[in-house]
Amino acid sequence: MPETATGHAHQPALAHHFDDLAQQKEAATLGMWVFLVTEVLFFGGLFATYSVYRSWYPEAFAAASHEMVVWAGTLNTVVLITSSLTMALAVHAAQLGERRRLLLFLVLTMALGAAFLGVKAFEYYTEFHEHHVPGIGFQFEAKYFRHAQLFFSLYFVMTGLHALHMIIGLGVMAVMLWWAWRGTITRDYYSPIEVSGLYWHFVDIVWIFLFPLLYLIGRHAGA
Amino acid sequence: MKSGMQTDHVVPTRTYYAIYALLLACTYLTWQVAFFDLGAMNTVAAMTIAVLKAVVVVLFFMHVKYSTRLTWVVVIGGVFWLGILLVLLFSDYLTRGWRTYG
Repeated sequence: MPETATGHAHQPALAHHFDDLAQQKEAATLGMWVFLVTEVLFFGGLFATYSVYRSWYPEAFAAASHEMVVWAGTLNTVVLITSSLTMALAVHAAQLGERRRLLLFLVLTMALGAAFLGVKAFEYYTEFHEHHVPGIGFQFEAKYFRHAQLFFSLYFVMTGLHALHMIIGLGVMAVMLWWAWRGTITRDYYSPIEVSGLYWHFVDIVWIFLFPLLYLIGRHAGA
Repeated sequence: MKSGMQTDHVVPTRTYYAIYALLLACTYLTWQVAFFDLGAMNTVAAMTIAVLKAVVVVLFFMHVKYSTRLTWVVVIGGVFWLGILLVLLFSDYLTRGWRTYG
C-alpha cells in the first residue's frame, strides 16, 4: 500500500496541473456537480411542461395515470433506491481500498440498473399492447382522448430520457468495473468511482420525482 | 497535512443503511398517502416527501454534507435556478384565470 506518495513524480494518478490528489478530487467533484446542475435544469424544463398541462387538464391526467402499471413503478422505485445504496457502498469500498468489495458492489449496482430497465421494458410493452402510445393507434376513453395523449407523450419522453440516462450510467459503471478490476482505482485515487456515483444518484433522484407524478395521481379516486 | 492522500470523510456504512431505510419508508408513505383523498394536498404531500428523499440522497449518498462550501454553492445555485424557472412559469400559467372583465 503506497502510504503517502507526496509530490508529483511519485503518484501516477496525479495529473500535472494539480497540486495534490485532494485538489484533483475536488476539481473532479465540482465539475460533475456543475454538469448535474445543467441536468437539473434539463429535466426541470420537462417537469415544468408536465406541471402546466396537468394543471390545465387534471381529470385527463388522473385518468391516464390510472392506466400505469403501479406495481411495476413501485418495484422500480425500490430497485433504484437499492442501487443507490450499493453505489454508496461501492464508493465506501473504494475509499478504503477494498478492491473485492468494490467489484462486488459495482456488479450489484449494474445488476439492479439492468433490472430497472427490464421492468421498464415490460411496462413499455404493456403500454404498446394497450394502445396507450400517442399517435395513430392511440385508444382511450373518448372524453379524455386528446389530453390523455399529452400525459402519455410526457410519460414516454420523461421516462425514456430517464432510461437513456440509466443506459449511459450502466456504460459508465462498466468502465468503472474495468478500472477497478485492473487496479486503476486505489485508496489514493478513487474519484472516478465517487464522480460516477454522483451521476448514478442524480438519476435516482429524477426517478424519485417521476414516480409520484406519473404513477400516483388521483389514486384515491375509484379502483 | 494534505499531501498525496485523498483525505476524505469516510461515511460509516451504518449511515448508508439508515438512509436506505428512510428512503424505503418514504416510498411506502408516498404510496399510502396517494390512496387518501386530500384534494390539492395530495400533490403537496407527494412532492414534500419526494423533496425530503432528494435532500437526504444529496446530503448523504452524494456526500454534499461533507463537501466544500464551493460545492454547496453550486448545488444550491442549481436548485435556485430551477426555482426561478418554476416560479416565473407559474406566475404566468396559474394566474391566467384571474382576468376580470367589465
